[in-house]
Amino acid sequence: MEIINLTIDNKPVVVKKGTTVLEAATSIGIHIPTLCYMKLEDLNIENRPGGCRVCVVEVKGRRNLAPACCTEATEGMEVNTHSIRAINARRTVMELILSDHPADCLVCPKSGNCDLQNMAHRMGIREIHYKGEQSSYRKDTSPAIIRDIDKCIMCRRCEMMCNEVQTVGVLSAINRGFNSVVAPAFEMNLDHSVCTYCGQCVAVCPTGALTEVDETGAVIRALSDPSKTVIVQTAPAVRAALGEEFGMEAGTLVTGKLVAALRRLGFDYVFDTDFAADLTIMEEGAELLNRLTRHLQGDPNVKLPILTSCCPAWVKFFEHQFPDLKDVPSTARSPQQMFGSIAKSYFAQQLGVRREDLVVVSIMPCVAKKYERGRDEFSVNNNPDVDYAITTRELAALIKISNIEFRALPNEEFDKPLGESTGAGVIFGTTGGVIEAAVRTAYEVYTGKELPRIDFHELRGMEGLRHATIDFNGLPLNIGIAHGLGNARRLLEDVRSGKSRFHAIEIMSCPGGCIGGGGQPYHHGNSEILVKRQQAIYREDSNKTIRKSHENPYIKKLYAEFLGAPLSEKSHHLLHTEYFDRTK
Amino acid sequence: MPKIKLADSTVQTIREICKKYDNKEGELINVLHNVQEKLGYLPAEVQEVIALELNMSVAKVYGVVTFYSFFTMIPQGEYPISICMGTACYVRGAEQVLNEFKRQLKVEVGQTTPDGRFSLSCLRCVGACGLAPVVMVGDKVFGRVAPQQVKDIIAEYHEGCPHEAKSA
Ligand code: SF4
Ligand code: SF4
Ligand code: SF4
Ligand code: FES
Repeated sequence: MEIINLTIDNKPVVVKKGTTVLEAATSIGIHIPTLCYMKLEDLNIENRPGGCRVCVVEVKGRRNLAPACCTEATEGMEVNTHSIRAINARRTVMELILSDHPADCLVCPKSGNCDLQNMAHRMGIREIHYKGEQSSYRKDTSPAIIRDIDKCIMCRRCEMMCNEVQTVGVLSAINRGFNSVVAPAFEMNLDHSVCTYCGQCVAVCPTGALTEVDETGAVIRALSDPSKTVIVQTAPAVRAALGEEFGMEAGTLVTGKLVAALRRLGFDYVFDTDFAADLTIMEEGAELLNRLTRHLQGDPNVKLPILTSCCPAWVKFFEHQFPDLKDVPSTARSPQQMFGSIAKSYFAQQLGVRREDLVVVSIMPCVAKKYERGRDEFSVNNNPDVDYAITTRELAALIKISNIEFRALPNEEFDKPLGESTGAGVIFGTTGGVIEAAVRTAYEVYTGKELPRIDFHELRGMEGLRHATIDFNGLPLNIGIAHGLGNARRLLEDVRSGKSRFHAIEIMSCPGGCIGGGGQPYHHGNSEILVKRQQAIYREDSNKTIRKSHENPYIKKLYAEFLGAPLSEKSHHLLHTEYFDRTK
Repeated sequence: MPKIKLADSTVQTIREICKKYDNKEGELINVLHNVQEKLGYLPAEVQEVIALELNMSVAKVYGVVTFYSFFTMIPQGEYPISICMGTACYVRGAEQVLNEFKRQLKVEVGQTTPDGRFSLSCLRCVGACGLAPVVMVGDKVFGRVAPQQVKDIIAEYHEGCPHEAKSA
């Protein structure tokens, strides 16, 4: 390994050959401003178009200023990041970017979380010396995402996520010069495109150009309607991230405070999507074993591998891109939808309220869940199983609007019966978790023996594609895991061509799984945050007394009292779904 | 966006052009050039076929089409009018000529009149600098055009031009 010596702001620094000036500076605590550049180290995701020029620095002996994010450190280099020339150039660049930006920060949904705003603040911009023309693209509102691209600064992070990471290819830079923005083909609405609503473009957009549809107002109205019983479910990944919105360290588990906050907001029952995740395992696990048994008996019609189906962006992805495989994924609904379905049938009956008077709100790390809850097949007589789905970020906003001092809240417990869950339900929040939860249950049901161990470390991690073989009492079960839709595509192509050797595959659209969902607190390019959230999820799992879905006493009760057995007719009706070919 | 249905023979033509370039994504610009030459313009449906053939996203194809001004998504008029914007033509008043065409036809560059007769575009130097400023209508070249002549040129192709009729 070749070593490079250089100085940055007179400080000596030693780096590996190939390191950029930006990375070298960061390594000694000098933070050069950046806008278009973004690197999610642990996920191997990088955006480096070198377009914005906010990162320029002065290099001794060079005539032109150098963009730090795409200039390699060389031996003997002397870099000055805050010479008057660098500061002035950076400010000019910033002022030019701001000159055609709609400066309505006070009412912008991104205010307080906007990289552009933060950068302008950090650089001490007090005046914009250039007056630019303002573009006036129309706002595009879809079921989950709003595009307000007058605020686009052409960093192209979203384009990279949508094309390279997700391989969906909805977004592309269009037009030129002043008019250039990132948009779908023919500037069509996202709603008409093959967009999956994974929200990864929203997760990385530095400005208010891409944001989620805001449902907080509707939730406040529902909560203040005395004729409604309003219940809430919170997805596993929310508890591992919500604290960040209140200045807590990434990876802090705030389950108890989360419950307390929801109760103070006025929800009549505070339940847990983890309960529904346990239910998903019962159904999906049974389906896996059913297909496996038939396969072992030589049934040629059985479809293997089975693919998980709890991620709505993934579902929409294969409906558009692999419609020929639409009978391969599990038919189990996602936990959000299982929860809604059971809440509006079983639980409404228990309470003695009509489904129309029961409002189900979801707190999700995800923007695709907004789209999912609106799918036609998830409503009965035009009454949706889930009425509103708000993101972790929207929940934080609700808590702030309601003057709740989050950090000072006590820890409280979920309500029964739909709030009881196991460690298997919790790990749904991270890549690898759904399949580990399924293995814990399927193993015991299949072999009739107790698992010798509960933790399957071979299924965990952050690599985009992983695989492991688990011994089911002599039957080697091959398991594949993909997160990020580009990785999913690779596994799907093998399935399509008949090359796949897996029995079961878990797929989550977001890099990292739901902990990295499009509705989570913004990571601002720091992937360590995702790693810490993942660790928190596994911590929560090990803290649970019950860690296998089939041992959840309220799940057993639900089957005994209401559903019968997994894959029963009632289960099929309430907990399973069908998929559609969306190429037509 | 109203959908048009491409004739099978058109789809075939596009496929052949793509094939000529080995269906390579990197050849997109050449493919677009060839297809536009054949069809006159690149409507959404044509871009969709190209995207499929080159195995790339239609958003990327659209991105390239909107980046380069010589690609157009609007069908050419019956009489495509092009004004040379090369240096020689420019310094001898091509811009005023262009503005006059815009005013009379009530269209912008890259657009076609609603009756489908005229479309307006700009060209880089056509090599007829001696005749600057140069205007082409279809294959016919008009040299040393002054803004005052614009009316007559249009009239030559369009007896009783509606805009003229109004002002008369
Ligand atoms: S939500 Fe996902 S699929 Fe849709 S545009 Fe954004 S990145 Fe692409
Ligand atoms: S929409 Fe946002 S992420 Fe995409 S290019 Fe514009 S500013 Fe960047
Ligand atoms: S991985 Fe999770 S957060 Fe991301 S789209 Fe799928 S369900 Fe939503
Ligand atoms: S951050 Fe370096 S060019 Fe944009």
